[in-house]
Amino acid sequence: MAQAAIELIGINKSFGAVRANRDINLEIARGTIHGIVGENGAGKSTLMSILYGFYQADSGEIRVGGKPASIKTPNDAIALGIGMVHQHFMLVDNFSVLENIILGAETDALLKSSIAKARSELDRLEREYGLEVDPDAIIEELPVGLQQRVEILKALYRGAEILILDEPTGVLTPAEADHLFRILRQLKEQGKTVVLITHKLREIMAITDTVSVMRQGTMVATRETRKTTVEELAELMVGRRVLLRVEKGEAEAGAVKLAVKNLTVRDSRGVTMVDDVSFDLRAGEIVGIAGVAGNGQSELLEAISGIRHAVSGSVMLEGKPIDLTGKADPGELRDRGLAHVPEDRHHVGLVLAFEENENSILGYHDDPRYLRGPFLNIDAIMADARDKIEKYDIRPGNPRLKTANFSGGNQQKIVLAREIEQDPGVLIVGQPTRGVDVGAIEFIHKRLIAMRDQGKAVLVVSVELDEIRSLSDRILVMFAGRIVGERGPEATEGELGLLMAGVEHQEAAQ
Amino acid sequence: MDIFNAIIQVLDSTIRLSVPLLLACLAGLYSERAGIFDIGLEGKMLVGAFAGAAAASVFHSALIGLGMAILISVAFALVHGFASITHRGNQIVSGVAINFIAAGSTIILGQAWFQQGGRTPALQPGERFEAITWPGADAIRDVPIIGPIYAELLSGHSILVYFAFAMVPFTWWVLFRTRFGLRLRAVGENPAAVDTAGISVAWLRYRALICTGILTGFAGAYLSMVQNGGFVKDMTAGKGYIALAALIFAKWKPVNAMFACLLFGFLDAASIRLQGTPLPIVGKVSVQFMQALPYVLTVILLAGFIGKAIPPRAGGVPYVKER
Repeated sequence: MAQAAIELIGINKSFGAVRANRDINLEIARGTIHGIVGENGAGKSTLMSILYGFYQADSGEIRVGGKPASIKTPNDAIALGIGMVHQHFMLVDNFSVLENIILGAETDALLKSSIAKARSELDRLEREYGLEVDPDAIIEELPVGLQQRVEILKALYRGAEILILDEPTGVLTPAEADHLFRILRQLKEQGKTVVLITHKLREIMAITDTVSVMRQGTMVATRETRKTTVEELAELMVGRRVLLRVEKGEAEAGAVKLAVKNLTVRDSRGVTMVDDVSFDLRAGEIVGIAGVAGNGQSELLEAISGIRHAVSGSVMLEGKPIDLTGKADPGELRDRGLAHVPEDRHHVGLVLAFEENENSILGYHDDPRYLRGPFLNIDAIMADARDKIEKYDIRPGNPRLKTANFSGGNQQKIVLAREIEQDPGVLIVGQPTRGVDVGAIEFIHKRLIAMRDQGKAVLVVSVELDEIRSLSDRILVMFAGRIVGERGPEATEGELGLLMAGVEHQEAAQ
Repeated sequence: MDIFNAIIQVLDSTIRLSVPLLLACLAGLYSERAGIFDIGLEGKMLVGAFAGAAAASVFHSALIGLGMAILISVAFALVHGFASITHRGNQIVSGVAINFIAAGSTIILGQAWFQQGGRTPALQPGERFEAITWPGADAIRDVPIIGPIYAELLSGHSILVYFAFAMVPFTWWVLFRTRFGLRLRAVGENPAAVDTAGISVAWLRYRALICTGILTGFAGAYLSMVQNGGFVKDMTAGKGYIALAALIFAKWKPVNAMFACLLFGFLDAASIRLQGTPLPIVGKVSVQFMQALPYVLTVILLAGFIGKAIPPRAGGVPYVKER
């Protein structure tokens, strides 16, 4: 067995009453890629933050390279050769790449020599690892993939031998993620140790040597990656068997509920984002819209739900038109039976500073059920919130808790519960499971299919191809604002991938 | 030649009037660049002005006065820091509180100590900062054009005036060429990046506020020990707020700050100069109108002519380590 780069022994950490890490033991071998998986809130990030000196463990021991280490600040971690790439990049957006690299690692009180040193060092790192980036570029002008590269360079510049990456692919396109994995393999070949935190099991299978699973603050298992399966890991994460693909029967499509015709939408710069899109959504079916992010799906959703102005075309809800000037009253659309679960739950779907019960009626707060005269009927609202919490297994089950304190998956459940429980005829869902745990994904998928089986029309937009394939009865593929193809649920990933990349479309145009 | 002399005079008083604005503006620049909004510039200038004049008059020394002005002003800056950095309080509330405390305490203490209705005793020679005459200024005073420019405009100011203008390139150098400046700018944009780089966010912000305190101390000392021969209640008269406006106008950049302050100083100087002078077309304009002019122009300039001013992104937000 190779020598351990890091050993964690009996780590405990509590935040108030919440025990984020309990008795964690972990050994990470030098020169390997070690994955740590677990649902949101399982304690992965806390554990890594302890290792990086961002938090202090309440008890336990850390050994780096076999020697006991005291890591009280990120500085101690950096000195021990531990580098971290955070989920939300720790970069100063309006600084240049060079300035970000030297921040905190300056050689002396003046910047001149630090910058010169960083410039030559970057040159070397670029040659050794193929980490190309323009040192004088301003961070905010770089695509996310490159920003992440700067984070990696930052760690390497500080002499990191052990690199921790926290959910590194959450913001990346598939191509960027592939590139990142190539870089990580290269780092491994050079003898660096990589710790990868993620909740995407496919990534674990694709790149790691060993994988540890965390659940509710404990370390439940460590496996050699090639000796385990996605199913086993999912089960370990959730603590029960998980259906990665929800069973469903044939769709019984009925009458047209939503008819989109020749819809064209331009963004604020005048670029056409949705280009002459037409489709029907029928009762009793789930239509999935697949596509690489940024191909007009968001704009399409917003136009249909009446919050974005459409240049031309029409959308008919149950035979009556929806106002497409971007000034439609969402309340009125709700009354007409259109519910919308927005893509960006933090900015559009929820008020994070509100209590759970307030969010669970948001938008329906003037429904007589929740009112007593001109006042809110708190008792009715609380009863309603408790009901939804139970039905949707929202955790923690406290309707008075601030929404910001729920995990991403549970926040998503709050939004879904609110919209689905109003029993709409048409449900439009953007990214139903973005940032949601395996266990909750299964639950959400089941809910959506149940809606369909009740004869509702469901439109799902997702960038996760697996999700589209497992949910949809019909799949529409969007590319560059157009619907470039329609396939059944039996379509292969490769076939859809080609459509999403616009290959067929371009060939047809030529 | 009369017009030329008039212009020289207006420009000369432009310089004198813009100095307290410039010092306060640069003071604000240090704290805002570090992510701490400081609406308490006004109050810190005021306590600086009071402490400076009081100490100078008691100890008969301009330097002791200046030292005291800086000391007290820094102390107030640290109070702001304690409230808004250590205790993560609201920076605007803390700044406003400082302004109130400054306005009240200077009058009470002034009355208690000197019994002159809140004034400090008139400063004697040696207790004030005197004008410095540059070599040869008197000799070439009568040379046309160059003479007045050299003798009036450049020479004949107090050391604090030269200090204020020297602070402009110095501040630029500190911000963009030193490690402290890099970190200061970073902490105003993304304190989490600074924290994860292993640098203390709180200590960095405290240091920025100390810089602010030092400069507002200078600004206050200038008001009571150079421009005026003693402290008068509320003598800052909103200069701290105009300095803040200039800071936004300057988009938080030192050289721009100098030009912004010169512009505000010029408006002030011109309004004084034009009081009672009949203007072409409109004739004689009321004193009040001329006095209001700089403020009216401030509003207009800020509202319409500066384009998009992007403040430091973390400005006004106390740093809380993510849970």
